[in-house]
Amino acid sequence: MADNALFQFLLRMGDNSLILGHRVSEWCGHSPVLEEDIALANTALDLIGQTQFWLGLAGEVEGKGRSADDLAFLRDAWDYRNVLLCELPNGDFGQTLMRQFLYDAWASVMMGRLMTSSDERVAAIAAKASKEVAYHVERSGDTVVGLGDGTEESHARMQAALDYLWPYVGEMFDSDEVDAAMVKAGIAPDPASLREEYDALVGKVLGQATLTIPTDTFHHKGGRTGYMHTEHLGHLLCTMQWLQRAYPGATW
Amino acid sequence: MSKEWPLWEVFIRGQHGLSHRHVGSLHAPDAEMAIKNARDVYTRRNEGVSIWVVEAQHIAASSPEEKGPLYEPSNSKVYRHPTFFDIPEEVGHM
Amino acid sequence: MYAQMITAEASDEDPKLLEEFQARIDRDEKIEPKDWMPMAYRKTLIRQIGQHAHSEVVGQLPEGNWITRAPTLERKAILLAKVQDEAGHGLYLYSAAETLGVSRDELVELLHEGKMKYSSIFNYPTLNWADIGAVGWLVDGAAIVNQVALQRTSYGPYSRAMIRICKEESFHARQGYHAIMQMAFGTPAQKAMAQDAVNRLWFPAIMMFGPSDSESVHSEQSMQWKIKVRSNDDLRQQFVDQTVPQIEYLGLDLPDPGIKWNEERGHYDYSDPDWSEFFNVIKGKGPCNVDRLNDRTNAWEDGAWVRDGLLAHGRKKAAARTAAE
Repeated sequence: MADNALFQFLLRMGDNSLILGHRVSEWCGHSPVLEEDIALANTALDLIGQTQFWLGLAGEVEGKGRSADDLAFLRDAWDYRNVLLCELPNGDFGQTLMRQFLYDAWASVMMGRLMTSSDERVAAIAAKASKEVAYHVERSGDTVVGLGDGTEESHARMQAALDYLWPYVGEMFDSDEVDAAMVKAGIAPDPASLREEYDALVGKVLGQATLTIPTDTFHHKGGRTGYMHTEHLGHLLCTMQWLQRAYPGATW
Repeated sequence: MSKEWPLWEVFIRGQHGLSHRHVGSLHAPDAEMAIKNARDVYTRRNEGVSIWVVEAQHIAASSPEEKGPLYEPSNSKVYRHPTFFDIPEEVGHM
Repeated sequence: MYAQMITAEASDEDPKLLEEFQARIDRDEKIEPKDWMPMAYRKTLIRQIGQHAHSEVVGQLPEGNWITRAPTLERKAILLAKVQDEAGHGLYLYSAAETLGVSRDELVELLHEGKMKYSSIFNYPTLNWADIGAVGWLVDGAAIVNQVALQRTSYGPYSRAMIRICKEESFHARQGYHAIMQMAFGTPAQKAMAQDAVNRLWFPAIMMFGPSDSESVHSEQSMQWKIKVRSNDDLRQQFVDQTVPQIEYLGLDLPDPGIKWNEERGHYDYSDPDWSEFFNVIKGKGPCNVDRLNDRTNAWEDGAWVRDGLLAHGRKKAAARTAAE
């Protein structure tokens, strides 16, 4: 059980960065301005790099000889363990940046905690990733503030993005038996314990952005357990996995 | 008023101890974003440890027509260069 | 501003200044933004650098077409980094053009209005994964041949942009060749994709150097001003000579039956591409012209609220700072 729980935990980490990195990479060549295009590509590159570490370690822990690529390209939707937030479509640039900020804020708190993990491999990945996410959250936070407190139109679009995405935030703080096993082994914190720090950070930035956090506390779930993803994930995987599925066994 | 983001000149310190060097320009809506854009655009290959940005319109530059009066007079001050002075080898390194 | 420059004629320029200008170029001095320069030199540079910048930016699209379908995590990262570099190169080149008194937004609008061109190669589609290898290897390979030469161009900012770009591009052709090598030595299906890509992209790639010197309209004056430093045919020959052995190494069929080593010339002979196709593509009738331009125009228009929003915020911050002082 312990190893399977660790495997599940690593899939959750790796699938988050894989699916979000994929979404962000969809922007390449289409951003509002060259500088943003380049910046978004940097974020996507960091996320893909983190994926290689998390899923690489997941394959190792599983012990069935599966590589990070095998896990990324040869699992079906129900085996994915990312939170729903990461698989939601890009929408407009504002929705993409809002999604990014809501995730980055979680990731920055999470990586900070994981740096003291009892599992050295986890701590090492988190140490590297923590520098990347510290920059991501600063950049996406600044952009959310700029657009929230920009023009009337940009404000309205950012508020709409926040309203759409907020019901997906809560899932990042859900706990189940996998998390309990991680806490017990000292590998990872209870997600619920990140909430206070997260709310302080997000509240501050969204306040500067003159945006209003929805009061309804309901949240969607099903991604990190794999029980029920959104319809969007299947389409993403169709694209991402096409070559590996169409030409099995080929080396690229 | 123009809706184009202002142009910024970017200066990067490549390694500790060296001066900032002009590496290029970019557009950004404000100074903070200019620094972030510079980080994303001009340090993709690990090129920098410190960034300066300055809005291009705030740079004062010498004029090319004055090249003669500005720079030629120093040509003749050859005594400012160490090689001007012959010191006998016996004296040793100086 | 650029529109005014296009209509301004340089007929009454001071012959003495022109002569001094040419002498500086002949001495291999770099011309810098604030230096005096003939209006036609400025106009030609804006056109050339602007088109070069547009090519980098539109050039993101055919390769970007495969980022979401890259077959491994590493290939995805490499391709994304490479396409990102193209955006960076577009940015450096727009910056170089901006030193000549035209703004990036003006250039972008001219592109969208169809008043400025970009390289014809990017109007061809990328249809299978081997195309990504072929684009890096053949298309970037061809571009590098041209850009290495342009490092010696007479305009300082353009030359410096080229030096930076060449340094960064050195991995592009290699990653492309590496990707296509995996396929040429891979399964039969992979090899077939590699052959298909080389067959489709060979002629468009050698067209990138432009029409033959005898037919190129801009060449002579540009050579004299060292805006161009080597002739189209000269560069094309170099590209063919370096690429043919690379195709042979992959064990692929040569895409042109006319390719033969010519002992006497010490070069490969090759068939002329179909120049009527080239001129059609230039006129907007390539396979992807309409889609490419729509893609860029939509991205620009959809992003307007973002640019405006962030600028408005920047101005608010600046105003608050001034008020606090």
